[in-house]
Amino acid sequence: MLNVLYFASFREVLGQAQEQLPADFQTVECLLKALAERGEAWQHALLNNQNLQIAVNHDVANRNTAIKAGDEVAFFPPVTGG
Amino acid sequence: MFPHIRICEEDFDLTAEANKLRAGHKDIGAVVTFVGTVRDINEGDEVSILELEHYPGMTEKALEKIRLEAHQRWHLEASHIIHRIGKMYPCDQIVMVAVASRHRENAFHAAHFIMDYLKTNAPFWKKETLPDGSERWVDARVSDAEAHKRWDK
Repeated sequence: MLNVLYFASFREVLGQAQEQLPADFQTVECLLKALAERGEAWQHALLNNQNLQIAVNHDVANRNTAIKAGDEVAFFPPVTGG
Repeated sequence: MFPHIRICEEDFDLTAEANKLRAGHKDIGAVVTFVGTVRDINEGDEVSILELEHYPGMTEKALEKIRLEAHQRWHLEASHIIHRIGKMYPCDQIVMVAVASRHRENAFHAAHFIMDYLKTNAPFWKKETLPDGSERWVDARVSDAEAHKRWDK
């Protein structure tokens, strides 16, 4: 399984903070394409969002990053701390 | 796990933190501290509450990476980063970066570097509540991304 997390505005727009998904995706991009089938909000926030930020297992990642069972994949908007 | 990084809801005491940084060191000639505070205005609107969310686990790892890079680049003797989360109000302290080195120049550069990187690389998000009760997420600033670039080697 994959542990998928959504933060900040994504959590609100997508209506969830976390979910478990089967590890059927070779890369982050494959996962994004599957999530995009859920509807417009998902396409807009994730797949078609040029500012999408991605982390895999707490490290900065990108759409080409490979993923495997047991990984934690997080999606979030640009950060605004400090 | 990361003793020099603190993510917490509680406020902090700058003097106490600066003293802790120097404790046991006789070779420190410079301590530079930066404190970020909550402003009561953003994008022309009054702000009543600022709420900070983060990504537990990744935040600590990202901040430690930034801190260690600063140590490597400026040969620091000590450094400490505190970032608050949860609800804060105008004038509250949000973030502290404290660095200590033998000479002032390295400490000034390192503190500046850590803050610039924290702004763009650490997973924190701000949400503002305006006086009418409406809420909005704060957008990332282009100027922060540019500030980050100044440290590119």
